[in-house]
Amino acid sequence: MKQVPAAGYPVPEVASHNSSGQLYVPVFTGTSREELDTLLGRYPTKMAALLPALWIVQRERGWVSDDAMAEVADVLELTPAYVKGVVTFYTMYHQHPVGKYFIQVCTTSPCGICGADDVVRAFLQHTRSSDLGVTSADGRYTVIEVECLGACGFPTPVMINEEFIESVTPGKVPDLLARLP
Amino acid sequence: MGYPHPLHERETPLLSRYFGDPEARSLDGWKSRGGYKGLEQALGMAQADITNVVKDSGLRGRGGAGFPTGLKWSFMKPGDGKPHYLCCNADESEPGTFKDREVMRWTPHALVEGCAIAAYAIGAETTYIYIRGEFTEPLLWMNRAVEEAYADGILGANAMGTGKRIDMHVHKGAGAYICGEETALMESLEGRRGNPRIKPPFPAVSGVFGMPTTINNVETLAAVPQILLQGADWYKKMSLSNPKSTGTKLYSVCGNVKKPGTYEVVMGFPFKDFLYDLCGGPLDGRKFKAVIPGGASVPIQTMAEAEATLMDYEGFVAQGTMLGSGGVIVIDDAQSMVRVIARIARFFAHESCAQCTQCREGTAWTTKILERIRDGHGTMEDLDTLIEIGENMTGTTICVLSDSCAVPVISGIKKFRSEFESLIQGRRVHPVLEAVA
Repeated sequence: MKQVPAAGYPVPEVASHNSSGQLYVPVFTGTSREELDTLLGRYPTKMAALLPALWIVQRERGWVSDDAMAEVADVLELTPAYVKGVVTFYTMYHQHPVGKYFIQVCTTSPCGICGADDVVRAFLQHTRSSDLGVTSADGRYTVIEVECLGACGFPTPVMINEEFIESVTPGKVPDLLARLP
Repeated sequence: MGYPHPLHERETPLLSRYFGDPEARSLDGWKSRGGYKGLEQALGMAQADITNVVKDSGLRGRGGAGFPTGLKWSFMKPGDGKPHYLCCNADESEPGTFKDREVMRWTPHALVEGCAIAAYAIGAETTYIYIRGEFTEPLLWMNRAVEEAYADGILGANAMGTGKRIDMHVHKGAGAYICGEETALMESLEGRRGNPRIKPPFPAVSGVFGMPTTINNVETLAAVPQILLQGADWYKKMSLSNPKSTGTKLYSVCGNVKKPGTYEVVMGFPFKDFLYDLCGGPLDGRKFKAVIPGGASVPIQTMAEAEATLMDYEGFVAQGTMLGSGGVIVIDDAQSMVRVIARIARFFAHESCAQCTQCREGTAWTTKILERIRDGHGTMEDLDTLIEIGENMTGTTICVLSDSCAVPVISGIKKFRSEFESLIQGRRVHPVLEAVA
């Protein structure tokens, strides 16, 4: 049963089973739904709230699953295929679960000529990650190379989840990792 | 100022004066530094008069294309009955460029004020500031500044008590260089894949949500309040060479240089003094070899070209390149140009939206061939192939990402051919071929 509240879009039932029979708890309830309502007021179309809505999903769940895409589609009156098309265009939405700490190291040319490759190697070594994009066995870390983070004067910039760290050198890597809870 | 370095006496800090000053970030701090006087003045002026001041000042787009800002604004016709929009392009992603980041994280209210003035001038009730998703710090400060400005009545239905509506929203991107292309940014803002649109129609006719839209870069908009306050003539006089280039420009300097950072100088400043004096010259024991002065998309300069350049829109063109975004990438003699250029090509291959065949295929093949040469498996024919691919990638696509990939490759091969040739001449047999033999 779908209700149509004042917000003007159908709200999914609190939890439902997806086509594989797994339980899915919707994201857009409570404060997340209020947040989305506020966002919808900023744009003349519902579709324009798609990127912000996907950001809310990723913040709440850590990644954007097919079920979450279906929910977003439902809420914004789009099709799941359309939402997936948008999700796959942008690099920052995780389409798979990632480690507790998602580490992005900039290796584009300006950082590349200042030693970014050594920073990548240091992160792989100290997180015991077997390769780029492969989450470490303990589930804590996923290290990737990222294209230009836009802080080229502070080589090498690194993002650990939402935290932006400037001027990382291989020698600083163990301390950076050690202070993560 | 040359943040994170102290102000150099030859700089002219209009936008960068408060970089590194955390107190300038808050509304109170900004007001005590003269903030929002420009907006106050603007709201008492006729819309066309504001546009005319900006036109007369000679201000040109600081994002890369250098289009005259006042002229762009004049394409918008207030009172045509349609909703108008202002977009602020804060998707700064051009490799080598990080000036807008400094504007947003140190002086967020300068941008809010500039946006508000522009929005009023073009008759836009709503402004979207599109900031790339990776910029968590600028996002934090811009969101905070917009909230403060709303709470203080600077923004909203009754902006500064004048009865005029100025709404402003920060929109977070999600990781796509191409969304810095103006029409791709609008597609993205509408909740679509960031594929650039065919022009015309231009944004002033049909922009975001199909409505008349003006889109300006962060640095351009942040310069507007001071132009209004101090006058067009004051701004126009800041030009050491060509009168078509006026005011100051922020340059972000990176790569193999002693003092990387963001510097601000007047148009026409000598590039040689800039590199050796302001930026401290090369690292100890090294020599500069090449400069990419306007972000990765512009032609590579030899040092002879760079040292003869006067830093303005025309000055860079006269020395075989472009001012672009002002992202100066300095490359020294310890670097392999082949490696640098191959990495730039990989960037563009990664960022191609893949709409146009020439770009999708061209960026990918260019990268493959360059990496083959880099790894010692190239042939002389590869160089001709690269130039041929590059020529086919130029001027044949919806947007200029394709051209941007070809530019450093073609200029790099032409100016540093010997580095490519020596790698090719010393080439090793490809391991796969060796195994087959």
